[in-house]
Amino acid sequence: MNSYISLTHGDLLLASIFLAMNAVFSMLLSLRLERQLIVSALRMITQLLLVGLVLKTIFTVSSLWLTLSAAAVMVTFAAREIWARQDRRLRGVWGIGLGGTSMLLAGTIVTVFALTTQIQPTPWWSPQFALPLFGMILGNTMTGVSLGLDTLHTALYRERTAIEARLLLGSTRWEAVSAAHQRALRSGFTPIINSMAATGVVSLPGMMTGQILSGVDPQEAVKYQILITLLIGGATGLGVLAATFASVWRLTDSRIRLRLDRLAAPRK
Amino acid sequence: MSALRIERLATKLIGPMSFEVAAGECLALMGPSGAGKSLLLRAIVDLDPNTGNVMVGVHARDDMPASEWRKLVGLVPAESGWWADRVRDHFPAKFDATGLIGKLGLAGSLEWDVGRLSTGERQRLALARALCRRPEALLLDEPTASLDDHATGLVEDLIRECCGDGMALLLVTHDRRQAERLAKRLLRINDGRIDQPSQSAP
Repeated sequence: MNSYISLTHGDLLLASIFLAMNAVFSMLLSLRLERQLIVSALRMITQLLLVGLVLKTIFTVSSLWLTLSAAAVMVTFAAREIWARQDRRLRGVWGIGLGGTSMLLAGTIVTVFALTTQIQPTPWWSPQFALPLFGMILGNTMTGVSLGLDTLHTALYRERTAIEARLLLGSTRWEAVSAAHQRALRSGFTPIINSMAATGVVSLPGMMTGQILSGVDPQEAVKYQILITLLIGGATGLGVLAATFASVWRLTDSRIRLRLDRLAAPRK
Repeated sequence: MSALRIERLATKLIGPMSFEVAAGECLALMGPSGAGKSLLLRAIVDLDPNTGNVMVGVHARDDMPASEWRKLVGLVPAESGWWADRVRDHFPAKFDATGLIGKLGLAGSLEWDVGRLSTGERQRLALARALCRRPEALLLDEPTASLDDHATGLVEDLIRECCGDGMALLLVTHDRRQAERLAKRLLRINDGRIDQPSQSAP
């Protein structure tokens, strides 16, 4: 099982043939998708080539500070993505800070835990292990947190009359928002629950497929995939919990008011 | 029972305003749309950020958690909010609301589905929901706006009964005759200020 087949650039070019066909079809049927299709394919290729280059450098240098800086760049992009995926966002620095911090906390705790107790490379922060692991955990936590916050903010806005009705009858802030909060938690957790249930039966996870293709024993690859999936599930849950609780806390105040004035109006 | 005292109450948009509603009194609050009547009621129950003091009897608002304050001072807004499917789930489990709801002409409605209530039914049930928490003072925002004459009469009878029990009542209304029927005093609000602190009968 150790036959690693290195890909040539010609192989990659050949692989693009079906995508190119799609572009031609798009032109023939005047779907006007060809431009987007080609641009996003080129983006994907450039970004991945660059990442390959950057990762190779980071792995060779193997410096703690460089590894941390790379992680910081990843967190910044992910935090911006959480912000962009919400229809109604918190005003000010909270808009990007609250989701980003929740994701950062959950992702860091879980990644450091896995590196120091299960994978244990030397040094424990070895970028070859730390960065891909952190990236996978971050990506999934990002999805969960953005879904959770988007659902929470929309629900609080739409149901403000019902929430204030409960406040008027003497409820605490947590009682009053409980329905909206539960819905937000559920929608943040759903993707990871669904993907765990379907993994292996419907879809072979990309990481495992990649390992198998590059010659790793499938049983070893599966063990890694189980580890990663459990970590991802844990981090997503922690991130969604932290983000929604923090946001409810921010959108209510010590006099138990619903503070929708701290929520920005949606775009458009 | 206790009086409701408002001292220099102001938000970003209204006030400062000071006035008092005696125990057992019904004070009518009138003024054009957008004058700040509803905002005043929200500020009294601390639903919007505000400055100033509000007291009910010896209890100062800022000395207690807002949730406790809202049990002493009830507000029934013009638009009522509902969070569960059944009417019953909006009432405290211990309290038997049957008699109260009967007085409002809605006997049996506890088992109804909130989704099939008319606006007028919602308005009356929201009043009952607030009353069964036994507040010391009650703020009503156009409580009969979407009611027919018969139902309006039932609500007004209940308001009189509450005042008879010593409750301090602040009533926002657009109906001058209703204010005359229920209140001995009238407060006019314009542009977020009290227009003429009138002590005379309307």
